[in-house]
Amino acid sequence: MLDTLQTFMNDYGWNLLVLIGFSLLLLVVLLVIIAFLLLMDRKVWAAVQMRRGPNVVGPFGLLQSFADLLKFVLKEPIIPSGSDKVVFLLAPLATATCALASWAVIPVNENSWGRWVISDMNVGILYLLAISSLGVYGIIMGGWASNSKYPFMGALRSAAQMVSYEVSIGFVIICVLLCVGSLNVTDVVNSQKTGIGTHIGLTNSLFDWNWFALFPMFVVFFISALAETNRPPFDLVEAESELVAGFMVEYSSTPYLLYMLGEYVSITAMCAMTTILFLGGWLPPLDIWPLNAVPGIFWFLIKVVFVFFMFAMVKAMVPRYRYDQLMRLGWKVFLPLSLVMVVITAAVLQFGGFLS
Amino acid sequence: MMDLTSQYLPIAIFIGVALFIGGALMVAPFLVAVRNPDPEKVSAYECGFNAFDDARMKFDVRFYLVSILFIIFDLEIAFLFPWAAAFREIGVFGFWSMMVFLGVLTIGFIYEWKKGALEWD
Amino acid sequence: MASALFFYLFSVLAVASGASVILTKNPVHAVLFLILAFFNAAGLFVLLNAEFLAMLLVIVYVGAVSVLFLFVVMMLDVDFAELKAGFIKNAKIGALIGGLVLVELLALVGYKGLAVSPVMSPSSPVPAADSGITNTRALGEILYTKYVYYFEGAGLILLVAMIGAIVLTLKHRKGVKRQSISAQVARGPATGLEVVKVPSGGSVIPPPAKHPEAAE
Repeated sequence: MLDTLQTFMNDYGWNLLVLIGFSLLLLVVLLVIIAFLLLMDRKVWAAVQMRRGPNVVGPFGLLQSFADLLKFVLKEPIIPSGSDKVVFLLAPLATATCALASWAVIPVNENSWGRWVISDMNVGILYLLAISSLGVYGIIMGGWASNSKYPFMGALRSAAQMVSYEVSIGFVIICVLLCVGSLNVTDVVNSQKTGIGTHIGLTNSLFDWNWFALFPMFVVFFISALAETNRPPFDLVEAESELVAGFMVEYSSTPYLLYMLGEYVSITAMCAMTTILFLGGWLPPLDIWPLNAVPGIFWFLIKVVFVFFMFAMVKAMVPRYRYDQLMRLGWKVFLPLSLVMVVITAAVLQFGGFLS
Repeated sequence: MMDLTSQYLPIAIFIGVALFIGGALMVAPFLVAVRNPDPEKVSAYECGFNAFDDARMKFDVRFYLVSILFIIFDLEIAFLFPWAAAFREIGVFGFWSMMVFLGVLTIGFIYEWKKGALEWD
Repeated sequence: MASALFFYLFSVLAVASGASVILTKNPVHAVLFLILAFFNAAGLFVLLNAEFLAMLLVIVYVGAVSVLFLFVVMMLDVDFAELKAGFIKNAKIGALIGGLVLVELLALVGYKGLAVSPVMSPSSPVPAADSGITNTRALGEILYTKYVYYFEGAGLILLVAMIGAIVLTLKHRKGVKRQSISAQVARGPATGLEVVKVPSGGSVIPPPAKHPEAAE
């Protein structure tokens, strides 16, 4: 056994430390970015409603999220007496970990140093789909373990909702993969260097990206992403006018924080997926001098923040859906639409001479 | 073998680090915050009432139907993934074999729609 | 070496969580252990280089099938004490079947010899790592051409499953008023608005034929 460990350390020891270092780096940067995105969300929301939003902690309220973190840690954690204690505490941890895990395969840049990603796996897109389908567990487990009515109903609703929209997300991803021909996430971005834009004379421009060729799917994906992450207008899981706060009613202190964190991490992961699948990842919008000299990671970040801004604007402007409307939209509009688009995309690629 | 290890080991480590951060956050308030539970505080929230009955109850069979239909469509998507990955190699024959598959499932989808299984009331 | 380590980790966890599924008292915990077992099985698939199957196991079994299981055990009022009584009553038959399966497995292992190493070297189904063809693409290249009949057969089975699910579970409640989006959207000034000429000194009583719901 000790021998095994010895060879293991010889083979992987340094590698292991480097990997832990990179993982920590990505996670810390991600969490800090999310702290500011959370503030941006609140500021955008406030601006739409002609309020100021958080503006007390730090200049312009910039440190608000960090103050919130401190407050959550110092709050009393309450575990309801009727709850299943292990599952009750496991649920938020599962939500946060699943959400964070999806960032392991999201590439943020590619340059002469290589690909900026924790794991450049062959089936990265499938991994992302698998992880997003796990998001529902944190909510069902939390809702059931609380042994209280509002969380239970919130969990039920959420399970049916997330499951319904995952179907259309799957079909949209298939549409993109047909154009790419690989399940590797970095390949998806690199395939967007050529496309319709190149055909019309704007080489390496934003018209090469998938959003232009697959515009209906871009819209379907964006709306399904809202539903998949339980964002308004699809936040029936925690509809405060009906369910108080849905599955989170019984949570307090850091278990609640972990739910919040998981929600925002999966929102940013969805923004990153939108960026990668449709907005050309880290590619610059036009292949001209000042733009293509900017490091790719900035383009990636700008695009992610832009998609997040759209998420925030939708939250501020669109009223909440009713549950039957939500299910109708998912099953009767998006599912047929995306299925037909898969067929159309495949037929155009097959018979339009794009495969040579 | 090395190839796959280099792809999956980082993921295992990344999830481990994420789990550690989550776990640290989870444990922190149990160490530093006050804990002063009383029966009212730890009872289930029900708008100020005592709970009338157990929260775990029967519910509409429709939720089962949605999740069964989801399993079927999920499998359909699972069949589409290798098709999309190998789309350039399998040619016109592969294209039509998938069209037949999708056609068969579209029959099911139309049946479902006409039966009203997608209505929510 | 790392693969052997992970192999033992995954298989021990898979067996342990499989045992917990039937030993634990709470049915929800049983399903959660089942999910853990699925994850470990996915890990074993990865060790065999079958990464597409591993991801599929997570997507289909953990992401979809277990959600249904959780629905059923969480929310149906199944009397588990009664089920436990049945367990003891049928224990003899269960033990017999279990024993038979065990004998078969042992016979298989005896036949193949114990030469099966813990980490089986991946043979023909998986393309070599350096050939540039991924596991998923290799599957795709044969599934839709060479094995097209099996593939279409799977489609038919899914169709039967879909119809069966609807026939077994679909019940319409009576007296439910549904929203008709198309009627709502098609409603314009011509159908939604009526201009009535009010005679001076008279009253506005719309003709009953045009407003059936007002007459109720």
